[in-house]
Amino acid sequence: MSVLAAGPVIPTFGKGSSCVTGDHTFCWDWVRTHWGDTLGPALWQHVELTAIAVVIGFAIAFPLALLAHRFRRLEQPFGIFSALLYTIPSLALFQLLLPFTGLTTTTVEIALVAYTLVILFPNIVQGLNSAPDDVLEAARGMGLTRVQVLTRVELPLAVPAIVGGLRIAVVSTVAIATIAATLLPKGLGYPIFLALKEPTPFKTEIYSAGVLAVGLALGCDGLLVALRRMLVPWAARGVA
Amino acid sequence: MNAAEITFDHVTKRYAGRDAAAVDDLSLEIPAGAFCILVGPSGGGKTTALKMVNRLIPFDSGEIRIDGRSIRDLPVVELRREIGYVIQQVGLFPHMTIGENIGTVPRLLGWPKDKIRTRCIELLELVGLEPTDIKRYPAELSGGQRQRVGLARALAADPPLLLMDEPFGALDPITRFRLQTEMRRLHREVEKTVIFVTHDIDEAIQLGTHIAILREGGVLAQYDTPDAILAHPADDFVAKFIGEDRALRRLALKTLKDVELEQADRAQEGPRVPIETTVRNAVSLLLDTKADRLLVENDNGEVVGAFRFSDAGALL
Repeated sequence: MSVLAAGPVIPTFGKGSSCVTGDHTFCWDWVRTHWGDTLGPALWQHVELTAIAVVIGFAIAFPLALLAHRFRRLEQPFGIFSALLYTIPSLALFQLLLPFTGLTTTTVEIALVAYTLVILFPNIVQGLNSAPDDVLEAARGMGLTRVQVLTRVELPLAVPAIVGGLRIAVVSTVAIATIAATLLPKGLGYPIFLALKEPTPFKTEIYSAGVLAVGLALGCDGLLVALRRMLVPWAARGVA
Repeated sequence: MNAAEITFDHVTKRYAGRDAAAVDDLSLEIPAGAFCILVGPSGGGKTTALKMVNRLIPFDSGEIRIDGRSIRDLPVVELRREIGYVIQQVGLFPHMTIGENIGTVPRLLGWPKDKIRTRCIELLELVGLEPTDIKRYPAELSGGQRQRVGLARALAADPPLLLMDEPFGALDPITRFRLQTEMRRLHREVEKTVIFVTHDIDEAIQLGTHIAILREGGVLAQYDTPDAILAHPADDFVAKFIGEDRALRRLALKTLKDVELEQADRAQEGPRVPIETTVRNAVSLLLDTKADRLLVENDNGEVVGAFRFSDAGALL
């Protein structure tokens, strides 16, 4: 590919270093000069979008999972509902919500929360149901009340599955949140969205935002793995 | 002695959708300090009977009393905290250390922390584990060690009654034998009433001071001491269940201490056995060595008498 060919339009993207104007694959100088006004804020917005979605999703999924655990009959209808939710493509879900909530962060968050819910709910339920029968029988036989069985046995034993659910929810929300840029000038999707709109898609901007999104996902995942190790010392040491 | 007397008074349990009763009009008096074995084929209702005592399974009619008081008079969690419970799969809490597992009931009862810790260490020693095991997790222990912890956990709050549901059933034969031996010692030391379910008649004879044999349909076939059951089985079912070698099994319950030995002087030649030897093993040795008598030694190696084949017959 002849990058220096005298094309009709060579985009300058505001500041034109030779690298940028030459449309090279990756230009560090652009990343340095635009960290403050483009990439940094986009990264922060992305963290915000993800965090709000996961926190709200967890806040809804957790009590629902407790209900489904207590009244086993509820598990299936809850599960089917959330699975149906998951089959709606995110772009379509944004469109469905537009008439009600408009081009707002709320629209984006509702969609993101819906997806985290779908991931978190079954994981929490599965975790709560994972206490072995003999452990539960021993607990009841020793005189733990129903609430004590939940708080002292079932919940601690559910932690690995809950953290597992959070890892999937966080990583997928980081990915899905890039699509929010189709509605809002927010998140790491937005620089990508803008770069793609240029007559010649600006590679540096696409790559740097993409790498940041991947890095964010990996970083969050790493934090959750560390959290799990901290909360679940008994599994880490398990050598049976 | 901190042991309870247990009474089953015409207790019946039927599971929904099944014609046959699981436990049918069961009446048992288990004296304080007894080691009572519930034994029988599957479908005999022995586990059901056991779990009715701590109300894990409700019964339809009749009454169960602990020291004369109905088990239905107490709130169920209070009742259970006063009864030690040991099950085959142990059911240790995998997320808690051994110390936390053992301290479960004392914590529920609100004991101070240092008292719980002292009690844990005492119990670990009692069941043959190291005090340093207190910080380990169940996944780091062998099956036998886990069941020892299960036992310690059940004894933690010093309950007057211990319920044990086939506690050694999942262990390998060597570990099982070792734990059975220690269970006997432990029962002598802690002096509690034990109700113990097994389907293994050998285990029943070895451990029990009392044996209740239940047949299918939850009917009590016989309730007596091991020796009395072996000597006088109530019917064909019991006779078949305890086996045709019941005379030998009775001899296994006695040692040469129980025999009136004939005089023997220490210069005599012949095979020698310690006085703690079971009569069954002594008979086996006679058959094996083709000797006409065994010289019996006391703990100091002195011959205290001679044992002949006819002495065994006299015991039965």
